[in-house]
Amino acid sequence: MSTVMTKAINLKLVRNENERSEPEVEKEVVYDTKGLNLWYGETHALKNINMDIKEKEVTAIIGPSGCGKSTYLKTLNRMVELVPIVKTSGQITYKGKNILDKSFRVEDLRTQVGMVFQKANPFPKSIYENIAYGPKIHGIKNKKILDEIVEKSLRGAFIWDELKDRLNDNAYGLSGGQQQRLCIARCLAVEPNVILMDEPTSALDPKSTLRIEELVQELKKDYAIVIVTHNMQQAARISDKTAFFLNGEIIEYDKTDHIFNNPTDERTGDYISGRFG
Amino acid sequence: MAADNKNRTSVSEMIEQQKRKRKFFNQLERMIPGLLLIIASISVLTTIGIIYTLFAESVAFFRNVPILDFFTGTVLKPLSQNPEFGVLPLLNGTIISTVIAMLVAGPIGMMSAIYLSEYAPDNVRRVIKPLLEILAGVPTIVYGFFAFTFVTPLLRMIFPSIEATNILSPGIIMGVMIIPMIASLSEDAMSSVPNSMREGALALGSTKLETTFKVVIPAALSGIIASFVLGISRAIGETMIVAIASGSSKNFSFDITGSMQTMTAYIVEVAGGEAAAGTTIYYSLYAVALTLFVFTLIMNLLAKYISRKFREEY
Repeated sequence: MSTVMTKAINLKLVRNENERSEPEVEKEVVYDTKGLNLWYGETHALKNINMDIKEKEVTAIIGPSGCGKSTYLKTLNRMVELVPIVKTSGQITYKGKNILDKSFRVEDLRTQVGMVFQKANPFPKSIYENIAYGPKIHGIKNKKILDEIVEKSLRGAFIWDELKDRLNDNAYGLSGGQQQRLCIARCLAVEPNVILMDEPTSALDPKSTLRIEELVQELKKDYAIVIVTHNMQQAARISDKTAFFLNGEIIEYDKTDHIFNNPTDERTGDYISGRFG
Repeated sequence: MAADNKNRTSVSEMIEQQKRKRKFFNQLERMIPGLLLIIASISVLTTIGIIYTLFAESVAFFRNVPILDFFTGTVLKPLSQNPEFGVLPLLNGTIISTVIAMLVAGPIGMMSAIYLSEYAPDNVRRVIKPLLEILAGVPTIVYGFFAFTFVTPLLRMIFPSIEATNILSPGIIMGVMIIPMIASLSEDAMSSVPNSMREGALALGSTKLETTFKVVIPAALSGIIASFVLGISRAIGETMIVAIASGSSKNFSFDITGSMQTMTAYIVEVAGGEAAAGTTIYYSLYAVALTLFVFTLIMNLLAKYISRKFREEY
């Protein structure tokens, strides 16, 4: 645990230095949420959410259980609709188009927006087939190209060296941390623009958690990453921006430093210092 | 409270008093494993008994009819002056009726299972599944009757030359009978695939159909194969429907609009007739039954092998 902490502090320092030295480049907005409301039947789960998410940044969403943070994340790729009683209003603009529009094809959205789940959910297939699944359903059949995609994706998730000799083994033989990185690699295989992560390390040990966090730092060079976490230290370590959700509302959304060191809202401060949650 | 407790014996004392009574139960407890073993072995012993009888009586049959003639003979004339006992016409009838049944039950059962497990809203599933199970509870004699009096006349509209007894109509009805079995068991197998796998596939941009065919069905394959094999075994062993609707022609032919006899229907015919004990025709019952038994045994072993080979463990 202590190594994780030291490493975390280091990570934070490194990131702060980078921020100081880097001039502010205007980053493109990937997701623009305006006046989003969401109901599960009668329950008003998200209330007037306004939030923009930028490319090449890690956006963390924190808040106590049941605050709507996972719901919001799942709205970004419309996985929330798997619950049949969901109703939404407002709009989420992704690359200029309102994804909540019923005419928007969810499959296109989900091809461009990858998702990593709380519990690693590889398919009960070989490691190779897990990675090749995404490209295959989108029509890539050429074995050579698939081989390249598999290698590139596994390298991208820093798991190639561990797995290259056992690509035909069942993914369920891997450890929890490896499975989660495999799921990230599976996500990378279709080259998305955004990666949504729903508490990706909550079921992992500290060492695997650290590896995923390092991976997130690497991935943000190319992807917009939105990560829901109940671990505030994790949000502080890895994110550029943090949104604090409470009872379905955004209480505060700002640069992570600002949220953690100088929160504007009293409730944010209380939550971060562990007074509730 | 404290005063009450003084007058009453404590719990540990009461337990002590009960100890004597428990002696009997303790002894029973020790005997339970043995008793259960005896009960559990009833079915095993019965199976052994059946196999023994089948073999013993078949040996008597094969003393009269060479084993090779039996398995390669295409002529079955048990009642003729010069009786011939070739099992192929019966084997042919069984295989054809089973194939017809599975051609009906396989796709329909599978599609019903997909609908119920992946697409149906909860309230629809709650209505349809019990209805399917009612279909499975219809006595086979009713199905046989239905095939003979309803399906065959219906088929006559398509095949005017169809015989009054034919293999097609009982084959179709056997399929209808097996649909609930395949639908219900496959649905169970598919429903038990964790939702997290569907979410994983959908999150990669798969459509619902792709998710169903490339993730859910492969993950449920061993259960689905098991349901098919049970269906096939059921079709092979089905007796009443074919006995009623398929007649007793013992020709070796592939004309599905004509009458054919299955192994089971032959056993019904001969056992119901006046086959005197000790005659060759009497012993032929056992030889056919043994063939049937081996046939289903091979099916089950094959199924075990296939489902192990294709199993996706999660």
